[in-house]
Order: sequence, then structure tokens, then C-alpha cells
Amino acid sequence: MVIKQNILGLGVILISLFTMMAPMKAQAEYGDVVINNYADAAEMRPAVFPHWFHRIRFNCSVCHADLGFKFGAGKNEITMAKIIEGEFCGACHNGEIAWSIENCDVCHSGISGTPTQVKGSPLRASNIAAPK
Amino acid sequence: MYKLSVLILIASISGVFSLVASADSSNTFNRMLKPQAPANLPPAEDGLHDPDNPGTHMLQPPKEAFEGLVKAKWGNKVDWIKSIKTKKISPRHNASDAAPKPIIMNLNIVRQVKGSMPDVVFPHDRHTLLLACSNCHTGIFIPQKGANQMSMAAIMLGESCGKCHGAVAFPITTSTCKLCHSKPKAKNSVLKRSVTGS
Repeated sequence: MVIKQNILGLGVILISLFTMMAPMKAQAEYGDVVINNYADAAEMRPAVFPHWFHRIRFNCSVCHADLGFKFGAGKNEITMAKIIEGEFCGACHNGEIAWSIENCDVCHSGISGTPTQVKGSPLRASNIAAPK
Repeated sequence: MYKLSVLILIASISGVFSLVASADSSNTFNRMLKPQAPANLPPAEDGLHDPDNPGTHMLQPPKEAFEGLVKAKWGNKVDWIKSIKTKKISPRHNASDAAPKPIIMNLNIVRQVKGSMPDVVFPHDRHTLLLACSNCHTGIFIPQKGANQMSMAAIMLGESCGKCHGAVAFPITTSTCKLCHSKPKAKNSVLKRSVTGS
């Protein structure tokens, strides 16, 4: 009887867990930045910058001090022309330090229409507009 | 065995029904509580990357990269500082040269805060491990005692500490308050302050 009750309990827990999981919306990685300043208008998917991947390899200051990336999603007005000239992503993504820009869809991999944002920001959670 | 499976079936059906019923009702349990989304999903399933894009499938799944790093309960579930200090990762301090090392500044700044929360200790050491002085000074913080107005409201809106904390550095949640608010106040100091009005 005890075993039966245990199994019954387990069944209830499993089913509740299953039904609770269903409506959960998937979330990208904390800190991922969607950059959609110009992409939608140019009919490209927005670029997604994986912060976590880069912070494993570089200190913050490499990009945010040495390369001049301002803090803030969308504040850097990055264009492909600037990247080709070696600015922003192009400082490393030049075929020397990291792979070159011919892999368009590795960066331009976001779902079209996703607004510029940093994932996990309390601003986003509370639907407050970012201060200008 | 047959009875057992019938029991489980009944339990499952009743479980599903009770949840469906509660979802239809206006008096649901934990109405405002959003269930936490699963962390560290592969790019094609994370709701941000386009699964129809071939490049999405070339990206490394975060779970693979985080294997063996020091775990945390917040953000992307990695304690980045501890992961560096225990040499699980060794991020470069220069884009093209692996040799340069950051210059660590050992200076703790204590900020006395209003209200009952413990005072804030700002550790320069772990910030200079990752950042250059120019990242914060003087654009975000004036390096002078008492010169910087800040509040949790402003931080939550992405000002001062909130430029990074809540965007990429550990987020502001109820489980992270004490990482900054770490210095217990002297006894009765809260009361004294409210009495003297300072």
C-alpha cells in the first residue's frame, strides 16, 4: 500500500511537472544582446551577440575599453561597413583573431523583428523603456 | 500491477483536469508568479535565435561551454569571478596578445545605505580583474567619496551599477542582494539615523 501511494504520488508530481513545463517560454542566455538597429530594414535577421561565449575568452575591458564598445544594447551604431574597416566586431572577426565576416548567418541568427535588447534585463521584465 | 497503472492513470487525468480547471479560473494559485524558463537551452530552442537559420545550428550550446565552470544560482548560472579565480577559464586581457595581465586594485569602498539593509561594500579587486578604470571612471562613477548619487531604482533602470548588473554581470534578484549589501550595520545605527534625521 505504501509503495502504491508512493507511486501514485510520483505520478501526480510527474504529471503536474509536465503540465507546468508546457506553458514555459524559452529564454535566451542571460546577457545575450540582440542588435537590430538596421537589420530588419535591410531584410537581414538581427545579430545576436553571445556575451557568455566572449567573456569566457576575453575580459570585459578588451571590447568595452580597448575596442570602444559603449555599454548598452544598440548604443554602438555598428554597421557592416565599420566592421569591414576593422571597427567593433571587425577588430577580431577579420580572419586573424577570429573567423571572418563571410559567415553572415552565424551572427545574423535572431528571429526577424526581435527588438534591440539585452536578455534578462529588469527593464525588459517590467516593460519599462530604457532611459535615453 | 493492473490496479497500479489504473491508479496512476486516474491520478494523471485528475492532475491534468485540476490544472486545466485552475487555468480557466480567475483565482489561480500564484497568479503573478511567472514560472522560470529553463536556462542554457541550445540556440535553436532559446526563443531568440531563428531555428530556420542554418548558422544557428553552428553555434555552441551554452551548456557545453559551461561544463566544469563554477555554478551560481543566478544569471546564466555561472559564477564568473570564481571560475576565473579557480582557473576554470582564463580570459585574455588583450585581443591579440595572451601575455598582458590586468592590474588589480585592492580597494574596498563602503557605502552607508539608508534603511535597514546592510551597507554596501564595493570591491575594486574583482572589478579591475575584468575592467579598465576608464570603463567606470568618470563616465559612470566620479572617483570621489559622496560624489555619486545612486539608488536601487536607478540601478534597476540600468544606471550606475545597473549598467552591467542586470545586463551581463550578476543580476539583481532577491538571492543576490547580499552580494553587495554585505556589511552589517553597527547596532541601532538605523534607529539613530532616523532619530537624527541624517
